[in-house]
Amino acid sequence: MSKVKVAVLGSGNIGTDLMIKLGRSELLELTAVIGIDPQSDGLRRAREMGYAGVDTGIDGFLADPALDADIVFDATSAKAHLYNAKVLKKAGIKVIDMTPAAVGPYVCAAVNIDEHLEKDNINLITCGGQATIPMVHAVNRVSPVEYAEIVATISSKSAGPGTRANIDEFTETTSRAIEVVGGAKKGKAIMILNPAEPPIMMRDTVYTLVEEGKMDEEGIRKSIAEMTEVVQSYVPGYQLRTEPIFEGNKVTIFIQVEGAGDYLPKYSGNLDIMTAAGVKIAEEFAKNLLKKETV
Amino acid sequence: MTNERDILITEVALRDGSHAVSHQFTVEQVLKVAKALNDANVPYIEVSHGDGLAGSSLQYGLSRTNELELIEAAVSVADKSKIAVLLLPGIGTLHELKEAANLGAKMARIATHVTEADVAPQHIAYAKELGMETVGFLMMNHMAPVDKLVEQAKLMESYGADTVYVVDSAGYLLPGQVRERISALKQSVGINIGFHGHNNLSLAMANTLVAIEEGATRIDGSVRCLGAGAGNTQTEVLIAVCERMGIKTGVDLYKMMDLAEDIIAPLLPVPQEITKDSLTLGYAGVYSSFALHSKRAAERYGVDSRDILIELGKRKVVGGQEDMIVEVAAEIAKNKNR
Repeated sequence: MSKVKVAVLGSGNIGTDLMIKLGRSELLELTAVIGIDPQSDGLRRAREMGYAGVDTGIDGFLADPALDADIVFDATSAKAHLYNAKVLKKAGIKVIDMTPAAVGPYVCAAVNIDEHLEKDNINLITCGGQATIPMVHAVNRVSPVEYAEIVATISSKSAGPGTRANIDEFTETTSRAIEVVGGAKKGKAIMILNPAEPPIMMRDTVYTLVEEGKMDEEGIRKSIAEMTEVVQSYVPGYQLRTEPIFEGNKVTIFIQVEGAGDYLPKYSGNLDIMTAAGVKIAEEFAKNLLKKETV
Repeated sequence: MTNERDILITEVALRDGSHAVSHQFTVEQVLKVAKALNDANVPYIEVSHGDGLAGSSLQYGLSRTNELELIEAAVSVADKSKIAVLLLPGIGTLHELKEAANLGAKMARIATHVTEADVAPQHIAYAKELGMETVGFLMMNHMAPVDKLVEQAKLMESYGADTVYVVDSAGYLLPGQVRERISALKQSVGINIGFHGHNNLSLAMANTLVAIEEGATRIDGSVRCLGAGAGNTQTEVLIAVCERMGIKTGVDLYKMMDLAEDIIAPLLPVPQEITKDSLTLGYAGVYSSFALHSKRAAERYGVDSRDILIELGKRKVVGGQEDMIVEVAAEIAKNKNR
């Protein structure tokens, strides 16, 4: 089966974890890892594993006739993405935006990728969004959700300087995506950092209030179980910590995300779910592209 | 009353006390309390949801009245006292901070777990830009060693905080530990130092006096102990003690006693005592607002709330992780019935 070519922009932790996951994909062929620091550990690793390690940034990649890609993962920063999005669009390359820039629509891998297969740029929301929006959607597709609130608790060690310096971005972006993608009328997000040693796994709690008189406990239970399996298909460490709790029109869902431990440690489920979701979305893009080729 | 004060008191009953009344404060209550505090010449009055701006949630409890209305009410009756707000990055955002400032809040207290000060720079800088006085509020202070606390306090100072607080959120610290912490800060930062106690081990007053002795000049109190857990250092008692010790607070003792007795006591659902739950908070080192949530979970699952709190302490749960309570309660119930 032919594969679709992809490149990873950004040679930090996320980029390197993506590289390892992409090595296992049956639909995607990683061609290059692109950075700006010739000394970067990520680029050295990429070259060791037989990929091109470009240290002249996105412009260097695009200028090199020997390199190409149909899809690029942008794991740089929101600021850098604004430029990257522009030049990649011009080059006709699809972009999976892992930064908070959100130039394109929010996509949750388990919920709304089908609507956005033709878009040239999609955004991965936040780690908390990837973990919890599937559950908001799972409830909402059975009983309309009036209000959804999520609490993401992550280990201090897995929250990088970017997240910390702009923690409002997490709460605001996730809240909006709970509404836009999850389907809740009103969304709210809270993030907590826990410094305990050994580091804790990512935990997420999802509270939903469904419309009065619309509670279908049986249906919601089933929907949650199905959705858990869907997310597990690309994030094996995703699980419910305990049975959902039903009280009146409130449903509370407890999630734990254990990372795959590819490049990032297992406790970094928050980062793992982003890279896993990125690969999942790229594979859906790839299936769509390959289908067109065969037609 | 003289304007000369040795220490500046922040009354937290309308913020920390929000926990004790399950976030049910009304505009009328806030008007009455804030007016009395203003008349008693209390320098700062903190008003927000117990978990700070935007704390109203299923996780922490929904506010009966939008906190912005409460802030507005407090501002309207305070011509001498300044209104302060609390903000926990990760819960509240710059957006709410701006709304509070527009309503007339003059001091922003930016609260982080004691090891996580680096989520605060944006909020401190923005509060400054809005013309507010700023405080770095280092919560669950007992969970970090002294050198870590010093490092984090220096970060708060570098972000532009005017004051840094040792916040004993669990009411766990012993007087010797408070002494060590305040004195280490005194030697290492140039900004004001504050102390916020909880009375879970009946040590809030002793700890506060030690903090003052070591150079803390910003002190939190809650009138009639209207705060999370067993409440905070009881403000009217502190005023009396300070007066006896020759420490000028500038606050009117009689007026504070009247407020405590005539206005606060009637609005308490139950008198603020050191119950077995609040004692367990202090004993196990657990965030004080967990007490009422644990009590409810204990009833629901038929387990002892103390067991829940002790287990939460063992798991090193931090402030804001109220969602762990139900989970731990369910687990204890399951193990019990096995």
